[in-house]
Order: sequence, then structure tokens, then C-alpha cells
Amino acid sequence: MVMEIVCPAGTPAALRAAVKAGAHTVYCGFNDETNARNFPGLNFSRSEMRDGVAFAHDHGAKVLVAINTFPRAGDEVIWHHAISDADACGANAVILADPGLLDHASRNHPRLRRHLSVQAAAANADIINFYAKTFDVKRVVLPRVLSVPEIAAINAETTVETEVFVFGGLCVMAEGRCSLSSYATGLSPNMNGVCSPASHVDYAEDQGALDARLGGYLIHRVEKGQPAPYPTLCKGCFSAGDKTGHLFEDPVSLNAERLIPQLHKAGVTALKIEGRQRSKSYVAQVVRNFRAAVDALEAGRPLPEGMLARLSEGQAMTTGAYKKTWR
Amino acid sequence: MDLTIGPNQFFWAADRWSEFYDDLAQAPANRVVIGELVCSKRLPFYQDRIPEAVSRLLEAGKEVALTSLALVTLKRERKLTTELAEMGVTVEINDLTVLAYLPEGCAFWVGPLVNVYNEGTLRWLAARGAKRVCLPPELPLESVATLVRAAEDLGVAIEVWGHGRLPLAISGRCYHARLHGRTKDNCQFACEEDADGLDVLTRDGKPFMATNGVQTLSDSYACTDYQIETLRSAGVSALRLSPHSNGFTRLCTLYRQRIDHNLAPGDLAHEILSTNPGTRLSDGFLTGEFGAEWSGTKPQ
Repeated sequence: MVMEIVCPAGTPAALRAAVKAGAHTVYCGFNDETNARNFPGLNFSRSEMRDGVAFAHDHGAKVLVAINTFPRAGDEVIWHHAISDADACGANAVILADPGLLDHASRNHPRLRRHLSVQAAAANADIINFYAKTFDVKRVVLPRVLSVPEIAAINAETTVETEVFVFGGLCVMAEGRCSLSSYATGLSPNMNGVCSPASHVDYAEDQGALDARLGGYLIHRVEKGQPAPYPTLCKGCFSAGDKTGHLFEDPVSLNAERLIPQLHKAGVTALKIEGRQRSKSYVAQVVRNFRAAVDALEAGRPLPEGMLARLSEGQAMTTGAYKKTWR
Repeated sequence: MDLTIGPNQFFWAADRWSEFYDDLAQAPANRVVIGELVCSKRLPFYQDRIPEAVSRLLEAGKEVALTSLALVTLKRERKLTTELAEMGVTVEINDLTVLAYLPEGCAFWVGPLVNVYNEGTLRWLAARGAKRVCLPPELPLESVATLVRAAEDLGVAIEVWGHGRLPLAISGRCYHARLHGRTKDNCQFACEEDADGLDVLTRDGKPFMATNGVQTLSDSYACTDYQIETLRSAGVSALRLSPHSNGFTRLCTLYRQRIDHNLAPGDLAHEILSTNPGTRLSDGFLTGEFGAEWSGTKPQ
């Protein structure tokens, strides 16, 4: 079977662009705190979701709705409504992380397919099988802490489909287990659907250098005129002991295009592209390239060469944890 | 309200580890969670000391639980986690993987690294046998109060992170090893050099975080001095104090005195800061705009 390309859409326009560019599946969220890309001006109203699902289905593509933050105590009904609305819109599946929400969905929407979000950080076959047995989860998005051989070993021990990230932003911490952002800004991926939020970013010039701060903490300092990366907390430059540098991770993004054949051999069902905050032209181009790659693989042709380098915006690329030495 | 001592997050030599738990047996804490939370590679260095420490703590009248790892990935770690479920001691789960091995209905505790953010998850865990839940440290006071009310009906005791460097993240990558130009598999146990984690500063010298192997902690030490009355009246069952290398049994005594009204709000923090000058405290997750904030710097 050809590997499934799962593509992000932050807007209805990006959804249509992704579908036209050949995405088998698009994932998106409602425009509120129920999804982990809760950025201003992004995501779907209820009617946009209904129209988007209809458009995708007309073109033979599927839509997954991410409801993958952790509901706030006292306000779970907001998340419950998101699930019933996704169901009513005709979504092919919901992507969930919170056990309470999985429990709710499996009781109240048993026929709505459930995927386990990367935010649940299910990192071994036993917990994946447990989610399948307990909540009838059909697919798991694997956390970015596993090597390709470990992914193969997981697939050998489970019938749950696996989906892995191949391109875009890269969490270096186990997803859904990180509160660095709320420590510095009060807003976190788990509670608010944001990490290192733009509302708390401040750029200032100081003696010919450009300082990028998040919540008052200096994350990057670059010479004036040099490209200044966005101050994502875990990709900052810090000091510890007698060392100064990118202690957690360099300002890199993930590109596992060269690993597609190995991921296929490891039994992976779907390849996920990060970036619901990206433009429709970016999304379309990434989709076209990955679609060409999986089609080439299926036909037994060699993969197109170096297809995505120009999309990385001058950023360095990494294959992340897929190579064990990353650890 | 009483005191629970969380699992030691750091890597200490076996003798230091044993000595810590010998001392702790005399501290005014009601229960102790013991074992390896952060990195399975550390465990062989002190694993054989655990049964004796557990016995000693039980003899001293403490309740004891064994912690799971925070992130279970490797085959060896899965095996360790299976064995944990068979030890005959209460297990504290800090990764949901443990639930795959515990017989349904078997009583367990839930640690702060399991994402219990709402009533639905609490209810689901209680139905599976959870008796005691330490909430994730990033939860604000309003969520704590709501969850305590839900927990009362479920027969679950709620704990709040009371003191110590905050566990902010866990990773597949070892930052101590990376700092020394090594990989996790060849770490040479660099984290052992830093008994309370290694300070991470911004480039303009502002303390920010601390690395502890694959774990990232806050630079500041969470301190609930100014929230104890509120937490008690909300119905919080216990404060969780997280082990640190220096003066820990005295810290337990100070918290006990503060809970018993023998210290006024502010006095506890004052005591901590006067014996550990330079320590930065925080309580922003509970009551502030952001985690690193500290009530002690605001007018009370």
C-alpha cells in the first residue's frame, strides 16, 4: 500500500491547496483552545470545517480533526462539543491525547474513529496496545523520541497503525510532557495549545546585536543583519557549566525524506507533515514533494533528489531521533 | 494536610542515596515515593539498596510507593516496569505504560508526570484503581480546587507539588551527555556530577532552567509557603516535597511547622533563603502569571 501523506491545514485555503496538491489526508482543528496550534487567525469555524470536509471527500481525501490539548478542569464541555461537532462535520477521525477525552469519545461517539495524538507520547508497544484495548484507538502518532529500528519493533508488536512526523518543526522534549513554555510565559501546549507564544516575544537591539526574548528570557542573540530565528524555548542558546551553545537543540527543523524507504520497511502507515501555521503555498509544495516520493517508492523508482531544501528557509535540517545518535 | 516525599529526581552515588533515606525515616513526612524516575541507566547503581530503604521507611511508619520511570521506551525499561507491578509494594505511575501491566482494580498512586488536567481523566483513573494523585505542577489553583472537589466523590486523595525544582520536561535525548559531547548511550554518567541538576543560564546571565540527564527542571525551587492556607481550605490532602541534596530533613520539618501554624506565611521562605542564600523560589504556576513568578517579591 502506498504510504499515506497526512498534511496540515491551518485555513480552509490551505486545506484545498493540500488536497489539490495530492494529500491523501488533511488534519486541522477548530479555532479555539481545543487544538495544539491555537494561534490567532488560524484554524476552522464549524461551518468552515463542514465545508472543508465536504471538499476533501469530494476529492477523495480524508480529514482528521485534532482535539489534542488537555481539557481544563470545569470546562470539559468545550472539548466534548468539539468532538461532537467534528463527528457532525463528517470528519474521518479525531486526534486525541487526554485519557478522559478518549474515554468520553469512545462512550459517546463509538463510531467516530480515534487516533492517539503525539501529545500522548505513547512510546512503546505495550501502552499503544493498551490504548487500543481500552479506547479502541486505531492509529497512533509516534512521539519524536524513537529511532527507526524502534519504530519497526513497535510495528511488529501492534496492529495499531503508526503515523510519524517527517517534515517541519521538531519537539526535542517528549510531546505533551513539557511545561517549559508555561514556566516562562504562562501559556503551554497542554493547557493553551501554544508553545513559546508570539504574544510573549520581544526583539530589541543592543550594541549592534539583535536580542530575541521570550517572557523576558534571552533566547537568541544574533549580530545585526544576520537572520534571527524565532525564539522557541528549547532551541535557544544558553550557558551551563563552562559551555555556551544550543544545549537542547540547534535551531533545526525535521526532514526525514531520505528515510521514507526505511520508514516504509518499518511498517509505518502514514507520514505526517508539521505546520498548521504555514502558508498554503508552503503546504502545497511540501505535499507535492512527499506525494512524489511515496508514489516513486510504490512504483519502485528512486526518490526524487533533495526536493525540500529550499523550503527550509536557510534552517539546518535534522533527522532527529530517527537516528539513534541524536540522543 | 500532610507531607509526601516524591522520588529523588537526581543521580546520587549509592551510599549517599542510602544515607538520604536513612535520614528521611526520621523526618516528619507521612509517605515516601522511592525508585528511579528519570533514567533507567542509573538504576543498577543503587537498585539493590531499595528493599532495605523501603523496609526502614515502613518500620518508621511511612506509607511507601515505588515510582515508575517517566518515559518508558526500551525493551529493558518495559521489563523493569512489568517487574514493578509485581513487587508487592504500591506503585506510583509516572507513565501510563504501567497501567498495561497492573491488574485492573489494583490500587495505585499517580505521580505529577501523568497528565491529570480534568475530572474526566481523574474519573477514568479512579475507576482503574487510583487512590492518590499528585497533580501536574503547571496547574493553576482554580484547577486544583475543581479537581479536589471531583476527587472527594471518587475517594481519591489529591496532592500538589509543594517544594523543589519543577520537572518541566522529559526527553529522549540526554542533555548532560550532549553538554559533554557524548550521546545518551555513551553518557559516562555525566549527570552524577550535579547532585541537584546543572544550572542553565541565558546568555545575559539570568538563571532559567537546570538539566538533569534526560530531564529539564526549573532553575527556581517551587515553594508553597504563601499558598498553604488556600490549599488546605481547598481540600488538598498532601504537599509533595521533592528531594534535594542539602538540608532536606530540615526542610520537611519546616513545612510541617508551617502546616501546623508554627510558622507564619513568609517565615518558611525566609528560613529556606537564610540557610540557602542565592536560591530562587517560585509559585507562579499556582497563583502567578507564569511559572517562574514568586509571591515573595510582591507586597503581601
